[in-house]
Amino acid sequence: MGTFKQYSVLPGFNLALGFTLLYLSLIVLIPLSAAFIRTSAFTWPEFLAVVTTPRVVASYRLTFGASFAAAVVNAIFGLLVAWVLVRYRFPGKKIVDALVDLPFALPTAVAGIALTALYAGNGWIGQFFEPLGIKIAFTPIGIFVALTFIGLPFVVRTVQPVLEDIESELEEAAATLGATRLQTFTRVIFPTLFPALMTGFALAFARAIGEYGSVIFIAGNMPMISEITPLLIITKLEQYDYAGATALAVVMLVISFVMLLIINLLQWWSRRSMAA
Amino acid sequence: MSIEVRGLSKQFGTFAALRDVSLEVHSGELLALLGPSGSGKTTLLRVIAGLEAADAGQILFQGEDATQQHVRERQVGFVFQHYALFRNMTIFENVAFGLRVRPKDSRPADAEIRNRVHNLLKLVQLDWLADRHPHQLSGGQRQRVALARALAVEPKVLLLDEPFGALDAKVRKELRSWLRRLHDEMHITSVFVTHDQEEALEVADRVVVMNEGRIEQIGTPDEVYEQPASPFVYEFLGKVNLFHGRLHHGRAWIGGIEVDAPEHTEAEELAAVAYVRPHDIHVDRVIHDGGALPARVFHILSVGPVVRLELIRDDSEDKELIQVEISKERFRELQLVRGDRVFIKPSRFDLFPNQVH
Amino acid sequence: MSTIALPTPAGIHRRAATDEPAWVRRTLIGLALTFLTLFLFVPLISVFYEALKKGVDVYFAAITEPDAVAAIKLTLTAAAIAVPLNLIFGLAAAWAIAKFEFRGKNLLITLIDLPFSVSPVVSGLIYVLIFGLQGWFGPWLAENDIKIIFAVPGIVLATIFVTVPFIARELIPLMQAQGTEEEEAAVVLGASGWQTFFRVTLPNVKWGLLYGTILCNARAMGEFGAVSVVSGHIRGSTNTLPLHVEILYNEYNFAAAFAVASLLALLALVTLALKTFVESRNGQNRDRENPNEH
Repeated sequence: MGTFKQYSVLPGFNLALGFTLLYLSLIVLIPLSAAFIRTSAFTWPEFLAVVTTPRVVASYRLTFGASFAAAVVNAIFGLLVAWVLVRYRFPGKKIVDALVDLPFALPTAVAGIALTALYAGNGWIGQFFEPLGIKIAFTPIGIFVALTFIGLPFVVRTVQPVLEDIESELEEAAATLGATRLQTFTRVIFPTLFPALMTGFALAFARAIGEYGSVIFIAGNMPMISEITPLLIITKLEQYDYAGATALAVVMLVISFVMLLIINLLQWWSRRSMAA
Repeated sequence: MSIEVRGLSKQFGTFAALRDVSLEVHSGELLALLGPSGSGKTTLLRVIAGLEAADAGQILFQGEDATQQHVRERQVGFVFQHYALFRNMTIFENVAFGLRVRPKDSRPADAEIRNRVHNLLKLVQLDWLADRHPHQLSGGQRQRVALARALAVEPKVLLLDEPFGALDAKVRKELRSWLRRLHDEMHITSVFVTHDQEEALEVADRVVVMNEGRIEQIGTPDEVYEQPASPFVYEFLGKVNLFHGRLHHGRAWIGGIEVDAPEHTEAEELAAVAYVRPHDIHVDRVIHDGGALPARVFHILSVGPVVRLELIRDDSEDKELIQVEISKERFRELQLVRGDRVFIKPSRFDLFPNQVH
Repeated sequence: MSTIALPTPAGIHRRAATDEPAWVRRTLIGLALTFLTLFLFVPLISVFYEALKKGVDVYFAAITEPDAVAAIKLTLTAAAIAVPLNLIFGLAAAWAIAKFEFRGKNLLITLIDLPFSVSPVVSGLIYVLIFGLQGWFGPWLAENDIKIIFAVPGIVLATIFVTVPFIARELIPLMQAQGTEEEEAAVVLGASGWQTFFRVTLPNVKWGLLYGTILCNARAMGEFGAVSVVSGHIRGSTNTLPLHVEILYNEYNFAAAFAVASLLALLALVTLALKTFVESRNGQNRDRENPNEH
């Protein structure tokens, strides 16, 4: 094995790594590569044509737009929620803290029908918007609401530990130097949190792009208007257009990989600035 | 600027960090707060800075009540044990921070800020590191930056919380004498907290010894070392031997020795302890006038100019070791080896009636 | 360290100098809670409200009808296969990654995380591409009358795929932080590999393992997108609970849909409660190990 592995007295490396690689290949890597191999049936222009029809482009625009908007809202309110949970005491705080993870634990289909019922014109929340002429469910706004829900924990949970780790000495130092609380926040605390905030934002964004279960109930699923890309893949599958579905899946996969790369870079940045 | 502290008390839950502490810091002096962990010294410093609010008591700066003033308005420079440098800023920006956050009307112009920061960085001999980030600096360099940053706002008082506590021994010694020189140049009223007695005695003009939230003694380094006011100060500052005996009407008996104890004339059959520094014990092979205590040489450490002896008393069940320091010359005279029988006699000591320890 | 043990980790006890004014505090708490109420608490409550709106009888009828029971069984089956497999995988991967130094380690960690970043729909689709009628093995499977897609095996496979990273990513950082000294000590004292693993490593990571397993299980039972693609939605046979919710909802049988959904919501709440419990145990352990960390 040469320099592949450093010497260790502990046993089981070959078995553990072998099993890991085998399992990962069978379950993840080979199936994923199937998508790429199947698209090779296309020529490059054919592929481009399939993944850039107006209906598909509209779905990209919607998916990315709604995901971005949801991630922005989550960045702002996630930071706020993390701040409140770390810094302040209020009744029921422990329960609130635990419930922040609800979107991780609640099946997306359940979230989807619950949000639809709430934000429909006659729903608990939707009824307040209906008279204003604002429809939420069955419009792109509804998609934004669902994506905000499922992305909510990401920013909170990436910012929270960093905020907990900020030494109170830093803020005290700023105070002794004459800084106001707002100056301390904008010049000392926020820059320290920023890498983690960006990581949380990217995680929420990446999750939102691929989301399906919570969106389809609330979206209305109108072609060109409220049809997200994952739904389009399903639609093509149901029409037995396997090649078209695969082409879109490859586009989604490439986006996922790019996001994964970005997230890894952000996490590396975040760790480095914390360690410094 | 002078600082006056009157009757400060502070509780953390059930823990009393400060109990009715009063203290005066003279304008321009360098004062050390010395004490073990939990003695309240850091809390006192933080209350002076305004980082902590006291439960009772007053802080006066130059005779004016500052108790209710926010830390922002107190114009104190504070140096933290772990530097607390802003890691997202360069060294330059760290030092400039206090100037940049001033309200617009009192904020110096950019050129002026640059000038002042560079002067301060020159003062701490780190001008060449202005564009680095804190994590690229060594501990000693970081602490000097922290000091420059604190000085940038032209504080009236400089407060340092264990400023050398996180540094290794060698850097610590260098920074110590450097701080002393800096203070001699700038004469800014300074208070620093330390648990290291050597550091306090070497650097400070005056030392405040604290224990369990109270001040045990205030005095110059000489005073607190040579005339400790309490058993605690004796034990905390330097090595000390304890001899148990008794007191009666101004006389004391320690083993076979009888001595005058004029400050305890009222004492009636009191148990007492004599505190004796290792170099205040006379060692001889024969008994001279006034009696002496028999002892046996248990261990000899003869490296360096001073010879350290560990003795065991022969006349007592108590097997506690007695530490004695004698000069090399005296050691050669006596020609001691391990196991020798000697007679010891404290030449200088303080007697304290026995307290619950 | 200096004087007082500064009260606990930052945040629990803030000092006067770094506190915000009360009105700022209240406004921020109010804003945060309003946001969470609109996006989290109200949706959660509405699930149970809608489920019970038509009365308890309708509710119990909906969750005890044969199709619902079949869906529950299938969901439990899929989780019962996927979770143990991913548990073994997580332990093997964490052992290799945390206890040894080898090249390509970071790439391996990224690959393990991959299923998290793949859209659930794509996760299902890739299995259709392999085992579906038009897929690589499709014709061969059809000849031998083996059904994977639109059948239980496909559902299990898709479930495994989406839950691969859960346990591994909990264990890897935990075991990395614990280092190799204890295992090396065990080996020096004569323990075999399996003895070292079961007596030293496993007890040290038990809370992390439980934590990962809980999350893995929640996702396995709740997965919708990936399973939806491979299921074929055959009532009473290839419907998991989340898919059953969808069918009922699309039939405008809202009360029944929410009744079944409430079971999944309960599962989520139990998951969160367990997770909070495990986290607090974990926190205690950490405090005991590093009493001097400030």
